Amino acid sequence: MNSKEIILNKIRSNKAGKSPLPDIPDFRNASTDLIQAFENSLKVNHAVLYKVRNSGEINDFISKNYSTDKLICSLVAGIMGNFDIDQVNEPGDLKNIELAVLQGEVGVSENAAIWLSEKSMKLRALPFIIQHLILIVNESDIVENMHLAYQKIEIDADGYGVFIAGPSKTADIEQNLVIGAHGARSLTVFVIK
Amino acid sequence: MISHAKNAKGFLRDQEKTTWHDATLWNARTNRDRGSQKVAEWEQLRELASQIKNNVLSQLDDYLLQFEKNAVKNGAEVYWAKDADDHNRIIGEILKKHRVNSLVKSKSILTEECHLNQYLEKQGYEVVDTDLGERIVQFAKQPPSHIVTPAIHLKKEEIGKLFHEHIGTDEGASDPQYLTEAARKHLREKFLGSEAALTGVNFAIAETGGFVVCTNEGNADMGVNIAPIQIASMGIEKIIPKAEHLGVFLRLLARSATGQSITNYTSHFHQPKPNGKLFIVMVDNGRSDLLGKADFKNSLKCIRCGACMNTCPVYKRSGGYSYGYTIPGPIGSVLAPARDLEKYANLPFASSLCGACTNVCPVKIDLHDQLYKWRQEAAKKGYISTSKKWSMQMAGWVFSHPKLYRFLGSSARLMLRISPRFMIYNSLNAWGKSRELPKAPKESFRDWYLKNKN
Repeated sequence: MNSKEIILNKIRSNKAGKSPLPDIPDFRNASTDLIQAFENSLKVNHAVLYKVRNSGEINDFISKNYSTDKLICSLVAGIMGNFDIDQVNEPGDLKNIELAVLQGEVGVSENAAIWLSEKSMKLRALPFIIQHLILIVNESDIVENMHLAYQKIEIDADGYGVFIAGPSKTADIEQNLVIGAHGARSLTVFVIK
Repeated sequence: MISHAKNAKGFLRDQEKTTWHDATLWNARTNRDRGSQKVAEWEQLRELASQIKNNVLSQLDDYLLQFEKNAVKNGAEVYWAKDADDHNRIIGEILKKHRVNSLVKSKSILTEECHLNQYLEKQGYEVVDTDLGERIVQFAKQPPSHIVTPAIHLKKEEIGKLFHEHIGTDEGASDPQYLTEAARKHLREKFLGSEAALTGVNFAIAETGGFVVCTNEGNADMGVNIAPIQIASMGIEKIIPKAEHLGVFLRLLARSATGQSITNYTSHFHQPKPNGKLFIVMVDNGRSDLLGKADFKNSLKCIRCGACMNTCPVYKRSGGYSYGYTIPGPIGSVLAPARDLEKYANLPFASSLCGACTNVCPVKIDLHDQLYKWRQEAAKKGYISTSKKWSMQMAGWVFSHPKLYRFLGSSARLMLRISPRFMIYNSLNAWGKSRELPKAPKESFRDWYLKNKN
């Protein structure tokens, strides 16, 4: 018998009678102010939210806060950038990028999680290997909780997808919070009305 | 046999550190309370999580086969490992076949359980743990002392010394910000040069054939999204039926662990990256045996949040190493005896049975009941010390003779009041070690009740 058969046989002889799967409610609460809750959650996670009307305001923010001497990789139409990701193949080629700007598909107000699909980042390493990250979320894509988020996304639409809820952080040294462990040192989120 | 009390002695020697350890973990418990209280449906979520896991355990074979089928369809290669040796051998063969010399790892308690690092290092591979806490204990040549915060037993000065020796930080430097920045630079080099990367699995979804990994540092993604070869090691109990169930577990996991509403990165892997390869190793290693133990199979529901450790008065004051098992604390004390009762028979006694662990468990494992039942199993097999056996028999005899009990009670109250200090606080009385006994009352509750019942 191979390992697979051994494991399956043992499970079959040891498992108890069938136990039904419960239905999962979506726990929606109509009175929640989604944007306000989203902003609060981001703040708790050491990220910043700006409400804007158009991409021009985001470009203004980038030119004010980031030097164009450094590499900026924007994968959002209308947002400035100077790094063409289509010219590289290896994840390691992304290592000198200072800032990436990506489109989030869904924002979750209870915990600030923002869903990025593989399509929206092209190379999976991009949102992690850079120094700073900007995510853009449409106001209409913000939902209250994780149940509603999973109704909106298809987790296997691409080969990879990730919820990002803040800058990379650690508290492994005496429980002291340090921002910027391995991934992006900052997360700025723009919500477009 | 492992003796928790004996092991704890070393940890307790440094009183300042143990007080800090106790307070820091209690802080995590307080954060957990704050995080969970913000969710109105918290108790309902715990119940749902428990029911989903009940369903999983009742159809584990079906879900594993469904997962395998879908993962293969997605382009992954799936392996079944009946035990730790099998797991290590499979991973060794994957590395060998792809001529890989080094492996970067994100936190995986399963690979600790299987002693994968030691296995690979013996064969000459470079294994780099990339979770900051795990890198620290790897430098210290220690296992993790907590499943969520592996280096919780070390002070920043000790970590500074390790970093000075291994990655050349300034001598005497211990600022967490500075040390973390140094680790970031050091590990970036490792990530960029890596040929293969391994993660554990928090949840595997049968319906889609993919899996989810949660980190705050982003080290799992830095590893597997850069290296061409991706390996995931998962315990067979990590399966959940559908994507919608992730909503329930992800709302519970981070809040239970640290109080935060979600980990910063919650990554969903379904296919190998373009030009890359994805291997998934499903490991049994005793889990299917545990499934057959009706009183204890609930421990397979565990999602490894660590809440039971953070709240445990014994764990907080004795540290992870006192348990002598990969997973410490209440959950470790019920999982370890299932693996080897003779070796770990003492662990279920490392508990006050206060039930705090059961109350915080996000998947409603009946931890303190299981601890109590393991004690009985241990006693039945004769795996308890003679002094414990003798004193329990004595106590049983006294309790079944009310008159004798009342006589001994009143004598003890008298003796405690009139004896000189050295008679009570000496090496024969473990209850008097580093604590003051409560003042003995003049009368027993029974005496008081008889006087006052009218």
